[in-house]
Amino acid sequence: MITEKDVEHIGMLADIAILRGELEEFTASFNRILEYFDILDQVTGEEKDGGAAVNVLREDEVVPSLSPQDVLSNAKETEDGFFRAPRVM
Amino acid sequence: MAEGMLTFSPDDRYNAFLRTVSPARYGEGRLRGIPVAIKDNISTAGIETTCGSRILSGYVPPYDATVVSLLKKEGAAIVGKTNMDEFGMGSTTENSAFGPTKNPRDETRVPGGSSGGSAAAVAAGLVPLALGTDTGGSIRCPAAFCGIVGLKPTYGRVSRYGLVAYANSLEQIGPMAADVAHANLLMSVIAGHDPKDSTSLDAPYSHTPSMEIRGTRIGIPEEFFGEGVDPRVASVVWDAISLLERKGAEIITCRMPSMAYALAAYYVTCMSEASSNLARYDGVRYGPPADVRKPWHEAFQERRREGFGLEVRRRIMIGTFALSSGYYGKYYAKAQAARRNVREDFGRLFAEVDVIAGPTMPTVAFRFGEKSDPLAMYLSDILTVPANLAGVPAISVPCGKVEGLPVGLQIMGRWMEDERVIDVAYAYEQGANP
Amino acid sequence: MNVIVGLEIHCQLDTKTKLFCGCSTDYRTDGPNTHVCPVCLGLPGSLPVLNRKAVEYALRVAKALHCTVPEESVFSRKNYFYPDLNKGFQITQYDKPLAVSGYLDIEGDEGEKRVRITRVHMEEDPGRLVHKGGADRPRYSLVDYNRAGIPLIEIVTEPDLRSPREARRFLNKLRATLEYLGVFDSEKEGSLRVDANISIEGSERVEIKNITSYKGVEKALTFEVTRQKNALRRGQKIVRETRHFVEARGVTTSARSKEMEQDYRYFPEPDLCPLRVADWVDGIVLPELPDARRQRFMDQYGLSLIHARTLTGDLRLAEFYEKVAGTDPALAATWVADTLLGELNYRDMSISSVPPDVFSGLLSLVRARVITDRNGVDVLRVLLDELKEKGTCESPEACAERLGLRALPADSAGGDDPVTKAAREALAENPRAVEDYRNGRKEALNFLVGQVMRKTRGCAKPADVNRVLASLLGEGA
Ligand SMILES: [Zn+2]
Repeated sequence: MITEKDVEHIGMLADIAILRGELEEFTASFNRILEYFDILDQVTGEEKDGGAAVNVLREDEVVPSLSPQDVLSNAKETEDGFFRAPRVM
Repeated sequence: MAEGMLTFSPDDRYNAFLRTVSPARYGEGRLRGIPVAIKDNISTAGIETTCGSRILSGYVPPYDATVVSLLKKEGAAIVGKTNMDEFGMGSTTENSAFGPTKNPRDETRVPGGSSGGSAAAVAAGLVPLALGTDTGGSIRCPAAFCGIVGLKPTYGRVSRYGLVAYANSLEQIGPMAADVAHANLLMSVIAGHDPKDSTSLDAPYSHTPSMEIRGTRIGIPEEFFGEGVDPRVASVVWDAISLLERKGAEIITCRMPSMAYALAAYYVTCMSEASSNLARYDGVRYGPPADVRKPWHEAFQERRREGFGLEVRRRIMIGTFALSSGYYGKYYAKAQAARRNVREDFGRLFAEVDVIAGPTMPTVAFRFGEKSDPLAMYLSDILTVPANLAGVPAISVPCGKVEGLPVGLQIMGRWMEDERVIDVAYAYEQGANP
Repeated sequence: MNVIVGLEIHCQLDTKTKLFCGCSTDYRTDGPNTHVCPVCLGLPGSLPVLNRKAVEYALRVAKALHCTVPEESVFSRKNYFYPDLNKGFQITQYDKPLAVSGYLDIEGDEGEKRVRITRVHMEEDPGRLVHKGGADRPRYSLVDYNRAGIPLIEIVTEPDLRSPREARRFLNKLRATLEYLGVFDSEKEGSLRVDANISIEGSERVEIKNITSYKGVEKALTFEVTRQKNALRRGQKIVRETRHFVEARGVTTSARSKEMEQDYRYFPEPDLCPLRVADWVDGIVLPELPDARRQRFMDQYGLSLIHARTLTGDLRLAEFYEKVAGTDPALAATWVADTLLGELNYRDMSISSVPPDVFSGLLSLVRARVITDRNGVDVLRVLLDELKEKGTCESPEACAERLGLRALPADSAGGDDPVTKAAREALAENPRAVEDYRNGRKEALNFLVGQVMRKTRGCAKPADVNRVLASLLGEGA
């Protein structure tokens, strides 16, 4: 059983803010969905599986990078060729 | 190279397109001057690409997805970007941040999803060809609901380079068209090896559909006609299977026990991958910016709350939970084990049959708002997700109607046998519409 | 109180392109965000493709460190949110690393020592942040993704090191090994970063993050040893925590304990295929490594263990030595190991700024006694100053000539050569010393030699001075 507190914690872990009014709905749907996922408990066997391909590699050859305009054109906050981001410290 | 400009002004009363390009440039080639619609999660240089999400509004990719380059090389005119459930998360196209798309067959109903815009554009005759993407049925579901043809190719057969990732290990770009021949043509243009995609297979697709299916063994898993499948839909699909039998195919009923948990495995996998894939939308490099006056985590949490819709946030959070310490073993690891069982089920079946057939969707198109409960919406994907989990090709071809609404016949094939899947669909289509 | 240290070393591999895209790694002199593409900018829809060379380089390291390469290794996503991360996750290796269980032999505190290597794995470098603003202005960060995607290997040791000095020696040996392998360039700024785990036996472990210089590792560890020992002496407990090294002040400071709670939610990277490279390793032929070259220098050039170890401790130095060893390897070894290195260190210069032919020229002058040892050092200093300032220098001959440091002739038949003249003057000016010498006080000769050297400003060869003085003193007898 997932509580509203758990959902808030998951929101922190996922770095997603949750509005007060959304908490109840999220908690209810998480419980229904996770309960449905419990069917996986009956699965046996190893996690491991994958495609057949291995060692897909490219040669160490330089390919032209994007032009400076293309690099920054989608960013709203830039400064002297840098992207601007919120402070981390 | 001779070039031309195509004026494209569709009567888009269904909200199939998020944006159109007119006039659209085209060149020489097999698709010379043919208008092609592109689902909005496929990158188009110079054309806004939003994935139906506010968090990408205004984002104009500086590069073309490999499939878009291939289309241009064959002369196609890229005429617009089609509506979709935000980041592909949905089966109705109601989860688009830019409003739902209507089903051209019945405007009170959803077109299916998540490639609902592409399906509606083709079904309404606005374009003859469209690209969709299929993570757990997102091409086949809207193809079935809108009465068109949609192919999810073998995983790796079409390059994913430029496809905005939702669930990398499951999804494929594929063709959507009014008939099998056109889907086949589009497939032949977009398939092939791409060195920019490490999971790409070196298997070009060059095929002329054949309606000769005598001796083809068709497996019918009981589970595809089980609980939750509308008996009227089941009946229409059985009629279609009978037609194939009359054309010389051998019908073999079989079982697919892994269907019991395939859907759970699918949702755990796609949510986990999505929780990681969608972490890059921080507003630093593209998209609406985060508030640089706030501290990083606060700004980022706000950015994501405002930018993502409810269903996207739900899936990111459950995916985060499924990968988190202490729960990885219960969810993600188990889902991968389940996935192997699904693959093994297919392997076992394909030793005895050449293709597997059943309904594409358990029901006909829903009414708007009908699937408001997320789990109820997830359950409608039950018949399409096995092919994604196993990476095998699967097609949906229209096979009749229930109360005027289209029903899709789904045909799944062996890994790398997209051609055979096309042939069986073609044989049905030609047999039903002589 | 025993000190226990383990290291995690991140080294940039010296490939031409990034780990997952074709962008050039040669970004250091260019502006921000000039070496980026959809892949390393993390644009939606881009996909990684692994650089073959990076894998080969990492395997060379694995082999040189005597590691086992498992049948299969996979890349995983390490999920965390930080603006220097282009995708919101870092592609690294987690539960299936490229190589495990190796070792590196070093000169430890108590002689030869084997340091066990836990694992070697590959990962991508994040971008670079510049912090802006301050007390009076809102603070924010600037982001440059040129570094994002540069291939790194992470080398993790067992906690086998017992002192800050041993840790430094391990790093020096590792650096030399990586450079001999041709996979790493230590002169590139920021090409090596170290996290160190340190504990006093019986106490909690502290992690020091992100030390960016070789000297910094020893400094940070030394500070930490003192801090922890003092705390224990005062009866305090060591808290298990992450600390940052503040290079400028030489101290470590506690980082927020939040980092301890990180849940990275690792899972296999679905956009990359597994690696099966165990059999590649057999095909890799390793070049001569530091230990082998040290032995060869002793065998081939007759060097002492100390000289051989010094000269092979750095690839460029070893290569420099071999270029200048020429006809007199012993002389070259003394000059490179004992003189040149000290002068370079003093000037904060690297061996690569010295043209070997210039240094060879100087050695020839010394060897042919065209200049004396003492003046040789003076010429070297002048040349190094020129090199530091302009990057070029005059020839050693020209320099000696210009400074008047050429050795003086001492063998003219008439006795009017400068050395004989200076000797005569010295004898004339110091009758007392001459008398002492004649009375059997041989050390008086040393005084007279010194006087002659002074008069000739060091340009007389000591052997000449001795011979001329002996001859003049003999004449008068
Ligand atoms: Zn790049």
